[in-house]
Amino acid sequence: MLSLKNLWVEYGDKVVLERISLDITEGSFVSIIGPSGAGKSSLLRVILGQERPTRGSITLDGTPLPAECGPDRGVVFQRYSVFPHLTVIGNTLLGLEFSASPFAARLFGSQRRAAVGEAEAMLESVGLADSRHLYPAQMSGGMQQRLAIAQALIKRPRILLLDEPFGALDPGIRADMHTLITQLWREHGLTIIMVTHDIKEAFSLGTRVLTLDKRRHDPHAPHRYGAGVVYDLALTRKAAMIAEQASITIDANHNNGHD
Amino acid sequence: MRWVNRTPGRGAALLLGALPLVVLAISYIIAAAARHAANPADKILPLPGAMAEAMALLLFQADPLSGEYLFWADTLASLWRLGVGLGIATTSTLLVGLVLGALPPVRATLGPLLTAIAVVPPIALLPILFIVFGLGEAAKIALIVVGVTPFMIRDVAGHVAALPREQVIKALTLGANSWGVMLRVSLPQAMPRLIQALRLSLGPAWVFLISAEAIAADVGLGYRIFLVRRYLAMDVILPYVAWIAVLAVVMDFVLAQSSRRLFGWAHAGGH
Repeated sequence: MLSLKNLWVEYGDKVVLERISLDITEGSFVSIIGPSGAGKSSLLRVILGQERPTRGSITLDGTPLPAECGPDRGVVFQRYSVFPHLTVIGNTLLGLEFSASPFAARLFGSQRRAAVGEAEAMLESVGLADSRHLYPAQMSGGMQQRLAIAQALIKRPRILLLDEPFGALDPGIRADMHTLITQLWREHGLTIIMVTHDIKEAFSLGTRVLTLDKRRHDPHAPHRYGAGVVYDLALTRKAAMIAEQASITIDANHNNGHD
Repeated sequence: MRWVNRTPGRGAALLLGALPLVVLAISYIIAAAARHAANPADKILPLPGAMAEAMALLLFQADPLSGEYLFWADTLASLWRLGVGLGIATTSTLLVGLVLGALPPVRATLGPLLTAIAVVPPIALLPILFIVFGLGEAAKIALIVVGVTPFMIRDVAGHVAALPREQVIKALTLGANSWGVMLRVSLPQAMPRLIQALRLSLGPAWVFLISAEAIAADVGLGYRIFLVRRYLAMDVILPYVAWIAVLAVVMDFVLAQSSRRLFGWAHAGGH
């Protein structure tokens, strides 16, 4: 579904990523690990459209991705993923409001009631049904990340990108979040790309684990070689476990804007 | 218990806060009484009774020349100028600050101009304002606007520009365009900061108002202070200054409370 061909990312004369070629299939859960500075987050930003690759192409279902963030790719960051000035329900509604009402970016009347219903169902599935009127500052880190996931999923993105989403959470909450994201991934047939520091997390959640690191190293000019994919492990047993289910990414509700 | 750990309760804090004010008032009365003991006709430190007498004339007796109650006419005129000036300043800050903060090309285009305007001392522009707008209300209002708006715009634009990049990206992935980001992400988060900037601008705004009134006016709190200065009328000047302080404190309090009321999320604390 998502295809990266000979991708290079350079900042000035510093090469961060080199020769990245990947094909990511629909419904997979790809974990990206690697040492700090190996370009994990750069790769995620390029896929997200936040940054433009220096060379190479990214295509989604055969069409090149625009180098700008859009509703086809959802994201959850480690921090700052939810809006502090909106309540839980307001945060969740936002994605529906932007697409349905380009000028006012708000919904009224029956449209709003329908959207609220959809948002509440989404909050129910991440376990935030009872917190709909709280502001993010009143919630724990784990609840904020649940909200961030609900907020992203309501757009029915083709791909969900997670940038160390559970890195700031304490271990007990992190285990709960692992259960939640696995459940959502199975139920909705999501395609997920997750950057993480936690190798255990990468293997327990992913169906495929990519390790980024430098293949070549010039001791006199360490910045001249970028990182590439050194290990690409498909965890086939888990992939087979995914039931054939209706995929949330098949956008029956047209929340994503394009038909 | 160490001093850094001593947090006074609500009542104690109120009492402690009132203490310096009471001390100030008592020492004034002692000093005034001492001067009056030496010279009963002293004008520099009038006794409270003399101040009340002088103020009663301005408060309750119509001026024989204009038929107006001068104190109230002064207050009304000054508050009107201040209100219109700050209203224009706040509105333009919201519009310009938001666009400047949210859209990098606009920031690149207008940022240097704004910096250049902000470093000019507004009082130096006052003659230009008098020439352009005449000696009427417009020039005084314009001085307040010119004086506080650049600072407020820079503050609000800076705040909007410093919102985490993640928020903008998140909004874009939720299907927003630039307008949507400004309307639903930047604007609501700029509002508490705007009120804060307005609170901080109250002091300078009063300075510009009094300066403009001192130079050319026929009514207003600043005008009256500078008029009676010619007669060493401290019995009017001191109550007027106290009244200005009261007005400023009330405005600040109202703004702080409305920010808490309207934008509770920004005052939730914790983070």
